[in-house]
Amino acid sequence: MNQSLIQLQGIVKKFPGVLANDHVDLDICSGEIHAILGENGSGKSTLMSILAGLYRPDDGNILVNGVEQKFRSPKDAIDCGIGMIHQHFKLVEPFTVAENITLGEKQTSFILASKKLNDRIIELGIKYGLEINPDAKIWQLSVGEKQRVEIVRMLYRGSKVLVLDEPTAVLTPQEAAELFENLRKMAMAGCAVVLITHKLNEVEAVADRVTVLRQGKVAGVLEKHQINAQEMVRLMVGRSVVMQYARSSSSVGKVVLELNKVKALNDMGLPCLREMSLRVREGEVLGLAGVSGNGQREMAEIIAGLRLIQSGEVLLNGQSISNLSPRAIIDLGVAYVPEDRLGMGLVPDLNTLDNLILKNYHRPEYSGRWLLKPRAVQQNADTLVKQYQVKLASLLQPVKLMSGGNLQKLLLAREISSSPKLMVIVYPARGLDIGATEAVHKLLLELKQQKTAILLISEDLDEIFKLADRVGVVFNGQLTGEFPVEQADLEEVGLLMTGSRTARERINDNEPAHS
Amino acid sequence: MNRLTVKLEKRLTPSPVMAFIIPFISVILALLLGAIFLSLTGQKPLDVYATMFGETLGSKYGLTETMVKAIPLMLTSLGVSLAFKMQLWNIGAEGQLYMGAFGASWLPLTFPTLPIYLMLPGMILLGMAAGGLWALLTALPRAIWKVNEIITSLMLNYVAILWVDYLVYGPWKDPKGSNFPLSAPFPDAARLPGLGNSRIHAGLIFAVLLAIILAVVFKYSRWGYSIKVIGSSERAASYAGMNIKRNIFWVMFISGAISGLAGMAEVSGIIGKLQHGLSPGYGYTAIIVAWLSKLNPLTIIIVSVLFGALQVGGYSVQLMGVPAAVATMLQGAILFFVLGGDILTNYRVILASRKGEEVRH
Ligand SMILES: Nc1ncnc2c1ncn2[C@@H]1O[C@H](COP(=O)(O)OP(=O)(O)OP(=O)(O)O)[C@@H](O)[C@H]1O
Ligand SMILES: [Mg+2]
Repeated sequence: MNQSLIQLQGIVKKFPGVLANDHVDLDICSGEIHAILGENGSGKSTLMSILAGLYRPDDGNILVNGVEQKFRSPKDAIDCGIGMIHQHFKLVEPFTVAENITLGEKQTSFILASKKLNDRIIELGIKYGLEINPDAKIWQLSVGEKQRVEIVRMLYRGSKVLVLDEPTAVLTPQEAAELFENLRKMAMAGCAVVLITHKLNEVEAVADRVTVLRQGKVAGVLEKHQINAQEMVRLMVGRSVVMQYARSSSSVGKVVLELNKVKALNDMGLPCLREMSLRVREGEVLGLAGVSGNGQREMAEIIAGLRLIQSGEVLLNGQSISNLSPRAIIDLGVAYVPEDRLGMGLVPDLNTLDNLILKNYHRPEYSGRWLLKPRAVQQNADTLVKQYQVKLASLLQPVKLMSGGNLQKLLLAREISSSPKLMVIVYPARGLDIGATEAVHKLLLELKQQKTAILLISEDLDEIFKLADRVGVVFNGQLTGEFPVEQADLEEVGLLMTGSRTARERINDNEPAHS
Repeated sequence: MNRLTVKLEKRLTPSPVMAFIIPFISVILALLLGAIFLSLTGQKPLDVYATMFGETLGSKYGLTETMVKAIPLMLTSLGVSLAFKMQLWNIGAEGQLYMGAFGASWLPLTFPTLPIYLMLPGMILLGMAAGGLWALLTALPRAIWKVNEIITSLMLNYVAILWVDYLVYGPWKDPKGSNFPLSAPFPDAARLPGLGNSRIHAGLIFAVLLAIILAVVFKYSRWGYSIKVIGSSERAASYAGMNIKRNIFWVMFISGAISGLAGMAEVSGIIGKLQHGLSPGYGYTAIIVAWLSKLNPLTIIIVSVLFGALQVGGYSVQLMGVPAAVATMLQGAILFFVLGGDILTNYRVILASRKGEEVRH
């Protein structure tokens, strides 16, 4: 436990306009679970990318087992037994799970080895509770499933130090607990686990040591007995943060969104929604709980016009929007914050100015018949960035360089500012620090006050119970339960969500049912 | 003294000064490299360059020929740059040029007596339509079945060239000509007027106008914005409600139409008939020009003139016993240095002493 496996000394990393890491020291011992905490943009991912050989530090040393190492590429880090699972996954979408896991490895005959490889993947999956179909294509997987692939890939390569950048952001509480159990097992076996997270209760539950970053510097290191939420918040933010909001019961109006027995297929051509029916009213938040992979993503896409339905009906304010074009649905006042921010909600290579007009560039405020109005575009960005406190180095920088939390703020700023009639929002606080989560939740409650109907899809039951007026549970493409929040019982909701394991397996499994 | 180390730091935004001077520095470096090569082969580089530039820039004839070569390069480069903006890799400009020439030639060969005010606009429209429709043959499978456009557009080049060959060796061969693969000469009404009395024709005006229009489209227009978004992320584009298929059709059609206009301008402005081998590969050089110009339409005009000059210069030094391929080599060297120069536009060089104090440049 006191053997330093990895030491980072005086790490400095500059990006244009920001000092992401400012003389950071970090000790990682074998057998420990070490949590890294910090607000959005405090430099956690950057520090871990340096450890994983993705970035070269401008200054400072990396010691592995006391020996100084210079990582020239991620391969060097992997050879030292350091494996990183990133916040934004680095998987090749058209390839299968198995291909992604062996990507970059020398292999003589893929076809001959593939049976053995598949067995090994399934075996690792069973051992660590990370079941995955080795033959599925990455693009067919949900974000949660993609993460499982990333973890299995690192385990497959025999990493001794496993760095996880916000792994639980995509997991249910049960899954997270399971993951922690397995991480604990790895630690017992002498490995080290480095965990970046924004969830303080997880840190309390699982971490042996915490390093807190603030604006690129180490704000403090807490040993196991010193770990408590208040102290961590103080180190991170330097102020206390409200964690509970008064629920204002705004007057609930007429039905805005109605799904009637909607049936649809997922990317693999299998049924993902089976007669899904639900209603959301004006000024109301319907919180949908459920394990990812039960049709939530597909449902959100259907409402946004990005996926066709087979039968049933989608109504907006009483008017059918089934299978309308995305543009028509946007123009009817539907805002959508997708689960995949950089892949869908934002254009990674374009700058903030361009991203903020993505959906309304064709409206008279921002363009005439032919030309854009550059001044209005600039003004829009200035206002939104200030109003929603998005931290960025320059409006002209590609958004892919922004930190995860700021990306989400940017996306929310754009969607909320369109004053929608209906807001479909998937995992709103995923990856956000507590300050930003608080801000986002407040924004959603304000939106509700303005009579917007909100469909909130989340795996975080705390979040749902905090924000929703009614709680629904999705399982296997159907609404399996619905309660007013006062009558909803955490246990019961959790129970309805579970058993979902078999359902997920079924969706995962692209073999025919008979065999 | 502390030891100095050189580091590269990424710039926040690309340096505009560097972006402007890099192409010029690249040309100079390429000429230096060429000079080394020439002296190794026993030539006097200064003499060779003097002849090259004397011929191209120093004489009215050379200048005219440079422009004559530059016009089709400008048009085809503008055409491909539009498709490239949307990450549609249209490398079929050569075939689209041939089809444009074919479409434009059909009118004077079928209705030789049309008056000029019907003939020329008709040829322009037919040439552009033929080039555009030819490009649609690539766009359709790409939009509907995601068939790789690089392969189809390249293949269609050969089809188009052979189609024109078939016509000029067969049905359209001039019965009065002596068995050469040429069509009958166009009537005067089908000839684009020259500027002044030179061989430089009105195609130059088309190219400059188009460059200005495209520059505005890319930078300030709604359509240009959606092209940029679709080019960067199709998923985000459909999320934002953009119609990707329709944009693929339009972008490819217009891209092909502009290359078709290049073909029309060649047969109508320069050759005065349809013939075998009417382009020495303008459609391929266009890919290099568009890339060197970073898809900036106004830069394309300048770079095209440079490449036109290199080509003419290459011909002129042949008399000295220097292979014309020297021009091709210089083109390659320029491309090389420009791409290398990109580093300076996007990064700044930092000299740092061991102590970490920095000297910025
Ligand atoms: N490649 C890059 N180029 C320029 N700036 C960058 C780059 N990567 C990160 N940054 C900036 O460096 C700072 C630290 O970013 P980093 O991603 O490490 O934060 P983080 O602590 O992981 O935040 P989050 O909790 O939001 O994920 C941010 O201001 C970010 O905008
Ligand atoms: Mg991060």
